[in-house]
Amino acid sequence: MTTSTTPSATDLFARALRYENRADPYPHYAELRRHPVMRMDDGSWLVSGYREIRQLLHDPRSSADRLDPQNKIPKAARSLLMQDPPLHDQLRRVVTQEFVPRVMGMRDHLGELVGRLLDAHTSDRPGQLDVVAELAYPLPVTVICELLGVPREDEALFGGLARRLTRGLDPVDTQTEEELRELDRARGELVQYLEGLIIQRRTNPGNDLLSGLMFHEGPDRVLDPIQLRVTLGLLLIAGHETTVNLIANGTLVLLRNPDVLARLRTDPDLATPLVEEVLRHDPPVQISGRSALADIDLAGTTIPQGSRIRLMLAAGNRDPHRFEDPDRFVPDRRENAHLGFGGGIHYCIGATLARAEAQIALTALARRLHAPRLVTDPPPYRENAILRGPEHLLVAFERLTPDTPPVS
Amino acid sequence: MTTQSPPQPLRLVVDLNLCQSYGQCVYAAPTVFRFHGEESLEYDYAPDAGLRREVERAAAACPVQAITLSGATEPAPTVGGADR
Amino acid sequence: MTASGAAGLRSGRIVVVGASLAGLRAAEALRDEAFAGELTLIGEEPHEPYDRPPLSKAVLSGRLSCDHIVLPRVRNIDAHWLLGTPATGLDVPARRVELADGRSVAYDRLLIATGTRARPWPVRAGGGLDGVHVLRTREDAERLRGALVAGPSRVLVIGAGFTGGEVASVCRELGLAVTVTQRSGAPLTSALGGVIGRAAADWYREAGVDLRTDTTVQALEGDPSGRLRRAVLSDGTVVDAEVAVVATGALANTEWLAGSGLAADQRGVVSDGGCRAVTTDGRRAEDVFVAGDVARWPHPHYFGRLLRLDHWDNAVAQARTAAHNLVHGPGDQRVHRPLPAFWSHQFGRYLKSIGVPALADQVVVTQGALDQRRFVAAYGLKGRLVGAVAVDSPRVLDGYAALIEARAPFPPMLGATDGPAHLDPVDAELPGRAAGSASDHDPGTPSALASAASAHR
Repeated sequence: MTTSTTPSATDLFARALRYENRADPYPHYAELRRHPVMRMDDGSWLVSGYREIRQLLHDPRSSADRLDPQNKIPKAARSLLMQDPPLHDQLRRVVTQEFVPRVMGMRDHLGELVGRLLDAHTSDRPGQLDVVAELAYPLPVTVICELLGVPREDEALFGGLARRLTRGLDPVDTQTEEELRELDRARGELVQYLEGLIIQRRTNPGNDLLSGLMFHEGPDRVLDPIQLRVTLGLLLIAGHETTVNLIANGTLVLLRNPDVLARLRTDPDLATPLVEEVLRHDPPVQISGRSALADIDLAGTTIPQGSRIRLMLAAGNRDPHRFEDPDRFVPDRRENAHLGFGGGIHYCIGATLARAEAQIALTALARRLHAPRLVTDPPPYRENAILRGPEHLLVAFERLTPDTPPVS
Repeated sequence: MTTQSPPQPLRLVVDLNLCQSYGQCVYAAPTVFRFHGEESLEYDYAPDAGLRREVERAAAACPVQAITLSGATEPAPTVGGADR
Repeated sequence: MTASGAAGLRSGRIVVVGASLAGLRAAEALRDEAFAGELTLIGEEPHEPYDRPPLSKAVLSGRLSCDHIVLPRVRNIDAHWLLGTPATGLDVPARRVELADGRSVAYDRLLIATGTRARPWPVRAGGGLDGVHVLRTREDAERLRGALVAGPSRVLVIGAGFTGGEVASVCRELGLAVTVTQRSGAPLTSALGGVIGRAAADWYREAGVDLRTDTTVQALEGDPSGRLRRAVLSDGTVVDAEVAVVATGALANTEWLAGSGLAADQRGVVSDGGCRAVTTDGRRAEDVFVAGDVARWPHPHYFGRLLRLDHWDNAVAQARTAAHNLVHGPGDQRVHRPLPAFWSHQFGRYLKSIGVPALADQVVVTQGALDQRRFVAAYGLKGRLVGAVAVDSPRVLDGYAALIEARAPFPPMLGATDGPAHLDPVDAELPGRAAGSASDHDPGTPSALASAASAHR
């Protein structure tokens, strides 16, 4: 308990992350942002100003090592999300070269997948659709499974594992012992499943991403078996849990802004800037982490070498010093250099795919749902504070029409 | 006084000082943007108008917002041509 | 001022001399700043404004045609365009610009943005020969491209600066034999110093360029029909070549200002920090502004030394600052103080620079290593960070930018995981480096000018 009149960084952070504030943490982020760089009681640091976050995302003094005292995974066995150069750069080049070409020409196929998912609910009578369960969740699971070559019958198993593992990205100090044990179990199951897949590809490689990663040819060192498993795990979690939230958050904001929904229906190209604005206004990844490799002078204070740093991406995205009227959702906002995908050397590898999935899903919803409205506002949220999004998003509609030919 | 003109051709420029070679434009519009070497971006300043949607996706996706599209509707200047 | 008050500044006649990047962006910025008066753009080249950086890269290599480097016009500007019409004189008291075709154009306020041109090869040393090229305009690029496509047995590039390196790089891509001469001990030394220059020399040699450092060209010699055949070098050797590219720097286009009373010469037009032209006797010229490659001004971040930056983003930023100051009164003037930045593509590498490495006395590699594909080098002057250069490492440079703006100590303590265990700064080996104090030709930064909104990003 503190006697000062202003709450401490620790209190403010705890408040922002409290589950009861999950639906709208933004006023609490605004409180944090009054001091864009703050020290917490445990010696770690919170950074919530746009400029300051951007600086740290691009700063050679920032390490992606979160210095998480509970993280016992040896450095070499961590995903590239938590690797520093030069190893990070080699891993990233391999993953980029194998992943990106496989998703570049995918828009038409994504349109088919979205169409198929919504076709199952076509109705000329009033009804309800859980956008999370019926669209936002299955779409990226199917996509990542197709990419990796996971058999269709295993999609449910695979998707379930991803869900359980997502919680592992939340701060350890917000998790119970039981949750941590459950995480270990899920990790074990994933490793076991991937092992089977890897053995199978070793003797029978295909055109899929997994085979590509295993047999990558190039100047950079090939992934060793441990890094291969870790990378697959990363692609699974990062590659789908975030997209679920992007689509769900996008749907939510459309339903809260019927004029924008109407515009998107008549102008599908609006989806392009609109998805960027979702990434700014209500980003799927709310917080990232770094540590200081040297003393870092920032916003009039010094973050000492060796400090853990939390980058409050979602707070930076609402910084009035960078974005005009930051709390407003402006679907065609200009110069929207948001932090939704991070920045610097760790910029989201899957950004292209996530954008395409969200653009196509939101456009299809706008086109096919007639007179949609939220059944509960706010919707129930999942526990996760970092990969934050609705647990369910129940939408009532008058009709869900069959698709008309989409405008690419 | 502004006269109504037909839509102008597609034109763009990338501020290569801002550019950090994230590649998002290359992935969004591979026939307009490309890497020459591992990190050096090259692009067509005047792509076919049919590529407008791809180019707009590229511009929106740029993490540092380095891509500027033409916004003028008045006719291009010509040598010895009429003013305005 | 012919009219008084803010409304007066938003009307009247503004003439912009120079219709390339800086001129175009200034004109657009003037309209953004609500200038509602008459706007005239005068350009020497008979083309809609186009971008120059690709000329020595994608255009020369044939990957992009000159019709595909037109600059986008970002907004309507409702201007008189006088293209293909060089300005030949300026009468400051009468407020008139003289044109080559005999006309003259009256102005209330003037912006000079005439840029630079390639320094030509002296005619007495063979500059008039067929096959001797410079590279500055699209015609230059088309001519040189034509000469390269014809398959010369060898190309001689005179000067291993940025343009020279880019041209040599393209020649090697095209499979042409190339000799590059460089007056100093390594490429890029005047901008980046000998340490980084020697790393660049390795790029040349790996690409198969015949690089001759500490060597100048004495004369270019032709056959009786006036075609280039060979070059005689300072070491007495002779290089047979049918094409020579002179890449020995730029001259400011200021001849038309002779007799105007402005402090202008081949180095540029001197202006104050607010882009206002300065006269030969050190006063501010009334209602005359300068922007882009042609401007030399005292950068407040670099000890008020007069800088002239041939940089793309400087042209854009200075155009904006000048446009702002053209239409605002004394109480709302901006100082042009961008963090200088430029880039080059050569030998498959993306080289980016921020700050002013050329001012440095020391350099240290902070990430990667000089013999690796990727590295970052930091430049210091008197114990402060003044610049950084990144090769194929574009995503970390913003971190250095903030440190330079904050005048962080040099060598910078970064602890970068891809950096050396111990930072070991060495002499940056910059040839013409002067002492880092205020220059001998400093018109000062009038205190009336409000302290700047940084033009950087």
